[in-house]
Amino acid sequence: MNCIHVEFEVPGNNFLSAGSASDSVKSTLKKLGVPSSAVRRVAIAMYEAEINMVIHAGGGRCYADIFDDHIKIVMKDEGNGIENLELAMQEGYSTASDDVRNLGFGAGMGLPNIKTYSDRLKIDTEVGKGTTLTIEVDFD
Amino acid sequence: MLDEIKSMLNTVMLDPDKCKGCITCMKRCPTEAIRVRNGKARVLYERCVACGECVRLCPHHAKLASFDSFDVIDGYKYKIAVPAPSLYGQFNNVDDINVILNGLLEIGFDDVFEVSRAAEAVTAETKKFFKEKKYERLPVISTACPAVVELILVRFHSLAERLLPLKAPVDIAVRLAREEAIAKGIPEEDIGVFFISPCPAKVFALKTGMGLDKPEADGVLAIKDVYVRLLSAMKNLKELKPLAKSGSLGLSWASSGGEAAGVSDDKFLAADGIENVINVLKELEDDKLQYLDFVELNACNGGCVGGVLNVENPFVAKARIRALRKSLNYTGERSVYADKDEWFYEWDRLPEVKDVFRLDEDRKIAMQKLAAIESAVSTLPGLDCGACGAPSCMAFAEDIASGEATMDECVRRDK
Repeated sequence: MNCIHVEFEVPGNNFLSAGSASDSVKSTLKKLGVPSSAVRRVAIAMYEAEINMVIHAGGGRCYADIFDDHIKIVMKDEGNGIENLELAMQEGYSTASDDVRNLGFGAGMGLPNIKTYSDRLKIDTEVGKGTTLTIEVDFD
Repeated sequence: MLDEIKSMLNTVMLDPDKCKGCITCMKRCPTEAIRVRNGKARVLYERCVACGECVRLCPHHAKLASFDSFDVIDGYKYKIAVPAPSLYGQFNNVDDINVILNGLLEIGFDDVFEVSRAAEAVTAETKKFFKEKKYERLPVISTACPAVVELILVRFHSLAERLLPLKAPVDIAVRLAREEAIAKGIPEEDIGVFFISPCPAKVFALKTGMGLDKPEADGVLAIKDVYVRLLSAMKNLKELKPLAKSGSLGLSWASSGGEAAGVSDDKFLAADGIENVINVLKELEDDKLQYLDFVELNACNGGCVGGVLNVENPFVAKARIRALRKSLNYTGERSVYADKDEWFYEWDRLPEVKDVFRLDEDRKIAMQKLAAIESAVSTLPGLDCGACGAPSCMAFAEDIASGEATMDECVRRDK
């Protein structure tokens, strides 16, 4: 058994369903006996990425490969892309609309949190084309 | 081991004659701890958190919560009743808590010690815990509801470190009640301390000594059992001794939000009802509530007044307790136990998380099992209808993988 592959649709503009992919992966990792500290990091990074997709990209797809020692999560959207990646990685920097901020999101902690809670993070983004995040978290 | 204790204690029991195998309890169990086999609901005790939801939901009253029979008190010469504050909300036309407490003396107890008194001491100790910044990560989760503690140990391992490491008010009350009696000169072997419980989770916690080195109560009675005896006894009271010693703060622990309001001014959350509790635990798990200091969670709707061993509707009970609070002389938070050291309030031992959902000790083997489960799930209809006797198609596939069920038990699958 090399890895377990799961896929999820992340619907756009639906805050309520954001988090269902991370919820499902969380439950799978618990069944595999992954340490709770690692489950927690995966859950937080994945949830932030899902919310980003909902706020900025009108949804997307999430692919997760679960190995026996780590997880690789690919979050792929076809949204507007990130104009200034350096700024986007700064804590507190946000391009979210006032409407989104009024809902309690868009505090500018999304990407910084994903970076903090993951072991490896790769961001491929092109303005007008979309963004693909590759997040890896080691279990032990 | 724990499985043995729980099944021995029978946190919840089944009356097989009444069980129709209808799957109502199975579908709503928060830890998927029920299967219907041969037409009867069976509890997987290693998963059961004793929340009592199945007892509450069973339309045929086939699920029973376990507790001690009243005559357990006869084994002791000096019997002390330790009533949960929710007891006070069960009676109509009572405007003084002393009526209920004197009633307890009338039905056979020699003394009473209100849990609400100890609750006030726990509130003071919790405030101290925050003031001295003894927490590792905020928010801290209340440990007053044992079903919530068990739920975290079974399903939300990463949150175990957030549990407030203080004994529940009932444990403090049991200990103080015994100490008071000994101080009065009563021989220790004569003393029996009996908690009057609103729920099976508290029965389980006291019988197993959750967080303690060993169980300390001599018996756990049900409010509904004591209620019937109290009703007639309260009518025949000749005198009314001033037994009530707790303030309104202690009483407020009976319903959801009472504990938290005493601890924090504005940075707290209180949720009640098992499904709401699970949703909050999921948010905590994802670190979404870090702006809070304290989270109070009660498995029952409305808080302890919603426990299945109560008699009265939780909202009626809550309204009555609110009215009773007005009759009390002072608001609460006593410092009478200031002579106690911290260890008196702190848990004797930290509870350990339980790996009941883990498919295998070896992660590689667990992955193989999971792959087999996923492949079985893909051939199932995904209706989660429960007709096979498992709560969901996923749970059914897991049962097949562990040899507990066979594929032909699915009645909705294209064959």
